[in-house]
Parts: sequence; structure tokens; C-alpha cells
Amino acid sequence: MLDLLTQHLLPNIGKILLIVAVLMLAVAYLTLAERKVIGYIQMRIGPNRVGPRGLLQPIADGLKLLLKEVIVPTRSNLYLFVLAPVLAIGPALAAWAVIPFDAGMVLADINAGLLYVLAITSMSVYGIVIAGWASNSRYAFLGAMRSAAQVVSYEIAMGFALVGVLIAAGSLNLSEIVMAQQGGILYWYWLPLLPLFVVYFISGVAETNRAPFDIAEGESEIVAGFHVEYSGMAFAIFFLAEYADMILISILAATLFMGGWLSPFEGIPLLETMFSWVPGLVWLLLKTSLFLFIYLWIRATFPRYRYDQVMRLGWKVFIPVTLVWLVIISTMQVFDIGPWFNNIVEVTNP
Amino acid sequence: MIMEKILFYCFAGILLFAATMVITVRNPVRAALFLVLAFFTSAAIWLMLEAEFLAISLVLVYVGAVLVLFLFVVMMLDIDTSALKEGFTRYLPLGLLVAVLIVLELIAVLGAANFGLDQVPAPVASDESNTKMLGRLLYTVYVYPFEIASVILTVAIVAAITLTLRPHKRKTQDPAQQVKVRSKDRVRLIKMASEKRQDGKGKP
Repeated sequence: MLDLLTQHLLPNIGKILLIVAVLMLAVAYLTLAERKVIGYIQMRIGPNRVGPRGLLQPIADGLKLLLKEVIVPTRSNLYLFVLAPVLAIGPALAAWAVIPFDAGMVLADINAGLLYVLAITSMSVYGIVIAGWASNSRYAFLGAMRSAAQVVSYEIAMGFALVGVLIAAGSLNLSEIVMAQQGGILYWYWLPLLPLFVVYFISGVAETNRAPFDIAEGESEIVAGFHVEYSGMAFAIFFLAEYADMILISILAATLFMGGWLSPFEGIPLLETMFSWVPGLVWLLLKTSLFLFIYLWIRATFPRYRYDQVMRLGWKVFIPVTLVWLVIISTMQVFDIGPWFNNIVEVTNP
Repeated sequence: MIMEKILFYCFAGILLFAATMVITVRNPVRAALFLVLAFFTSAAIWLMLEAEFLAISLVLVYVGAVLVLFLFVVMMLDIDTSALKEGFTRYLPLGLLVAVLIVLELIAVLGAANFGLDQVPAPVASDESNTKMLGRLLYTVYVYPFEIASVILTVAIVAAITLTLRPHKRKTQDPAQQVKVRSKDRVRLIKMASEKRQDGKGKP
């Protein structure tokens, strides 16, 4: 029993705490990055008062939210009202268990990693739906209904995009998917799976309820949507969950379509040796940051979609696109169309 | 091994509790949420049986999609619970009959020898992931049942949509038409000389 404790439990708990701590820090500074990036896009400076160049702003925001009062609305469902933020943050953190940060640097190297991620992220909608229902408010409820419809619709497109990756890599294990993309920047799946890549990232934006798909919050239409009745720390947890989900979608896009921890200079004669000392984790984080920047860029650029437009885009555009590309990718895989798919498909009879 | 047993009894307890709450709790939204908990714990039990593909699919399909839509509908209903209780005595005999049947079936299954279940070989640890093995089986040995099942499901989808789709006149937008619109279709710019003021004051 003691053996089990020291050899398995404690190191794993240590790793989990490390991932969560770094993630929370990343979330805090993502909020600052968001305000700064959008500020500069809109010809403003953004927060620059707290600490040098405004670097302590997220800490101040966090402290403020911690000290605020949590107000429970009358005739609301207290248990579910408290449970909702927990259900929002739980999946956002649990999905990180299977993300490979570098070769062999992964908390749980499970075979069905991709499926696990899809299943766990599909649970994040419960936080929003329960929050909207439990707070006994019309605006919150409208936000919850919108969010439920939106997340379920975009999950299908997202799932099909992931099926494309699965066909291309021949594995559900995220580390194996990265290794299947070896060979340089042109071998990464963004090129052969370009439509799926675009569909995946846009569905990811929709899945995390970010602008221009933030109809679940829609400030100008339904005040703040599902979290209109939440204040203080309860609100902060929704905020944390949303940003953790954003980082998750970005790191998944980097892992599945941009070669994960692989160096972008692989196969280029001079640059490859020049940059060979850079650890894989740095490349992964740089790629993730690129996607996070695109998130913020999109938010600063596009106006919010109308509800029916969101549904149309999901069902009538994205799902057909992914279906067509699935046929193409399967054909390429079966007939070994190079340079991406020259591996031999194993055919064995059970 | 002891750890596994402890975990199993924990999950089994939670599952029984959640399943009981699903049928006893008055509020339909809470019942649906307990159903979510029941599905989730049964997925955990399947994981302990090393059926990771089935466990994850259960979470993905039922918890992630079916029950979300279920909640979606249940939350919008304003159910009067007293109306639901009215038929209790009327349906009691039928309910009891079904319950007795299920108990009999369970007893039959628990006596594993009745179905030859005791002769199933013990599961062997394999190097291959069971996702891969399941996929291979589905697409080779069971390919026809699999395809037929998917066709039946597609027919069901088409049927459901045709049943609910009523062609009615309403204002709809055609995005293709909207994209095709050019500014000259909507606005006409006219060049004309500026007019002089009638009273002759100021600049023209």
C-alpha cells in the first residue's frame, strides 16, 4: 500500500499540480494578453497601471474577484447554482491529462487519447446549461439554451475533423499522431487536412463560446447570458474555465495539425542543425501561442454572428465540408498518395 | 487488487444511488442530471473492465450529446408534478408486472450457467488497444450488420425530419442571394450640378 502511494500516487499528484499551476498562470496572463492585444488592435494601450507595464494586472483582478461577495439569486436552485462552475472547470482541467508536451512528456499516455479529449470537452456544456437553469433568470436561461444547441452542433463538425486526423495518423494516441507528422513543416497535417484544420479551429472557437460565436453571452442581446447572475469567485471560475478551454483548443490544434513538439525546421539543411538545441516544449508553446493570438485577433475583428447564422454555418457548411474531405483523405490513405500517406495500411484478418 | 475492489464498490454505490434518484426525484431536470451521473459512473466501471473504447463512447455519445438535448427539452417544459402522480395507482399493476419480469431475468442472468456465461474464457491482457481490435472486428466480421444498422439509423433520421418539417410560408434568408448582392443593385449614385440658392445670398 505504501509502495503504491510513493511510486504512483505522489509523483502523479505532483505532475497534476504542476500542470494545473502552470495552466492557471497561463490563464491569468492570457487575460492580460487579450486586453493588450485587443487594445493595440483598437489603437489603445491597454492596462498599464498595475506593476511594470501592467504586468501585475491579472493578479489584481484575481484578488478583486476573490474578495467580492457571491450573491445567490432568490428562488434559484442553490445546489446546482454552486455545482455549475465546478462542472465548467472540471472538464477544462481533466482534458489536459492526455496532452503530450514533448516526446514522452505526458501525464497519461492512453491509447484512446483523442477520443478521451473529445468526450471530456463535450461535457463542458453542462456547466453552462446548469448555470443558466439554476440561476432562475430569463437571460441566463436563454444563454444556456443557445449554448447547448451551439455546442452540440459544432461538436459533430469537430468530431469529424478529428476523425480525419485519426485516418491520416492511423492512431488515437496523441503522441503517435505527432510522430506520424514527422518530416518537416510540409508533412504536418495542416496541409493535407487543410479544410479539416480550418473547420476544427473555427469549431473550437464556437465550442469555447468565444467571439464571434459568443451568442451564449451576447452582451448586447442577453446581458451576459448564462453567467449573468454569478459574481465574485463563482464568476471567476467560469472565466478560468473558458480561458483554460481556449488554451486547450489551441494546444490541440498545434498537436493535431501543426506537428506538436516537432521543430518547424526539420528537413531544412542549415536551419535544422542551428535550431536543434531548442527543446520540443518551446516549439509546442510557440505554436499554441500563435493559435491563442488568432483567437484574440478574431475577437477584435469580427462582429457577433446571429443565432441562425451560427446554426447554418455548423450544420450546412462545416459538416458537409468535413464529410467530403473524409472521403478524400480515406482515398489518399488507401492508395498511398504521397508524400504524406506512403505508409502501408496493415490488412490482417482476425 | 484490493484497490480495484474498493473502487468498484465506490462506483457501484454511486451508480445505484444515482439510478434510484433518477426515478424517485420529483424535479425532471434533477432526474436528468442524476442520469448523467449514472452514465458517467457506469463509464468508470467499464473503464475498470478495460473496455476503454466503450466507456469513452458512452460519455461522448450519451453524456456529451443525447442527455444535453434531453436536458434542453426537459428544462423548457414546465411540468406540474402533481399531475404526474395522479396515474400512480392505475399503472401500479402494470409496473409491478414489468418489475417482476426484470427481476426474474436478472436472476436468470446471475445464475451464469443458464446461459453458458461461465464458460467464457477469462479476459487476456493484449498488447493491442481494444479500440483497434473493436474497429477491426466491426469492419471485417460484422461489416454487414454494422452497415445495415447505420442505414437504419439514417432512415430514422430522415423519417424524424420529414415528420416534423412542415412546409410553411415564412420569411427566410438565402445566403447565396445575400452574397451575390452588389452595391449597384441597392444604391444608385447620381452626378448632378449643385443648385443655386433662390434668394441669391451666400455662395452657390
